[in-house]
Amino acid sequence: MFPVPTQGGRPLFEWRWVDRHLDEIFERLGEHITLTAAALAIGLVVSIGVSVISLRRRWFYVFALSVAGSLYVIPSLGAFAVLVPFTGLTSFTTAVIPLATYTLLILIRNIVTGVEQVPKEVREAAIGMGFTRSRLLWQVELPLALPVVIAGLRVAAVTTIGLVTVTSMLGKGGLGYFIRNGIQTATPNPTSIIVGVGLSVVLAVVVDLLLWLGGRALAPWSRKAAR
Amino acid sequence: MSIIDQAIEWLGEPNRWSWTDPAGVPYRTVEHLQFSLVALAISAVLTIPPALWLAHYRRAQFLATSAVNIGRAIPSFGLVILFWFLASRLEVDTTFWPLMLALVALALPPLFTNTYAGVLQLEQETVDAARGTGYREWQIMLRLELPLASPVILAGARVAFLQLVATVAIGAIVNDGGGLGRYIVDGFALGDPGHGEILAGGIAVVILALVCEGVFALVTRWVTPRGLTLQSRAGTRA
Repeated sequence: MFPVPTQGGRPLFEWRWVDRHLDEIFERLGEHITLTAAALAIGLVVSIGVSVISLRRRWFYVFALSVAGSLYVIPSLGAFAVLVPFTGLTSFTTAVIPLATYTLLILIRNIVTGVEQVPKEVREAAIGMGFTRSRLLWQVELPLALPVVIAGLRVAAVTTIGLVTVTSMLGKGGLGYFIRNGIQTATPNPTSIIVGVGLSVVLAVVVDLLLWLGGRALAPWSRKAAR
Repeated sequence: MSIIDQAIEWLGEPNRWSWTDPAGVPYRTVEHLQFSLVALAISAVLTIPPALWLAHYRRAQFLATSAVNIGRAIPSFGLVILFWFLASRLEVDTTFWPLMLALVALALPPLFTNTYAGVLQLEQETVDAARGTGYREWQIMLRLELPLASPVILAGARVAFLQLVATVAIGAIVNDGGGLGRYIVDGFALGDPGHGEILAGGIAVVILALVCEGVFALVTRWVTPRGLTLQSRAGTRA
């Protein structure tokens, strides 16, 4: 640990504080998970839709990627700021729209790449068996693309969990609330900051691991391909 | 008065277009770019040489692959506040270094991983050919691997730079500066009357990021060795 002098400030970590704020910690953890899940769900639904069209129309894929790429470039605080006057400072919508938007680039790219790498033989065999185009997509191509899609989803999830903390500037923020609160009291409260940052990292690692395990369970043939 | 009108009125306030007054959009834009560019330069100096060396000798592969994942999991917002707190506790200057250190820390992983990956993807035959021609190891690193890996390194630098531009704005919460993020944070504090300032500040940050992205794409094209572009035009390289 750092040789930090403690005079004139609170100790670096107080278990007492954690103990006294346990209920609030769980509540904010829940908010963090809700925001992340909502953003990922919206992002995934939109991405699947865009990808289905992209797989049929090449020019649309190029177009979709450049739009998603530009949206991805937008700084999170800037995106929130542009939305606040229209959707309100503390609304769920203001927080979720940018978070969902940032997942689009990686999800669209991975879904399309995943489907395109399905071996031609498999596709031809399915068509030979009388699969229609949409059954081919939903029952053959997308399941086979799953490892690549999950890889994208993992990156999107970890990124989103980190970004949720920024929404504390909108009075939300899940665990970011503790980070922000740590410097808003008269004497800074390091315990609050450490709890916020630490739990956010732990949540990211746990979700990443769960998605990885989920991917392995759903696509057992891909053990060596999964990144 | 509509929100758009509020934003336009805000843009018309005195000193709003000053280069020297902290209220000025140009002043804050320069400040924003300064923080981002200095942090990028420091990170590049800290990561590219060791990554080149480690990749050349194929060491620390695990670090290279996991650096980006670790970096992604750490919330930039938390890092900014954590460094600010440490500086205030240590009673050192809190206006520049805490934010700068947080920014540098955020830019390290993508630069390191991409430099490493860029060198690793090169064909061993190319390196062996250079060795056979009498290149020393350091010459291979600097004259062969570095330029050939440059597109991948620049891609990493782009990712890092965009994150820096985004994080400088967040830095306004603890910093007197914070570039264009200053307006957004100030506007949030005002509540409803701040909507004009929030919208104008938000749009300014978005435009800055998009322009930076465009400039970065141009610089990448300009810096990339001609041999690599010719190859990719011929379609031999993915």
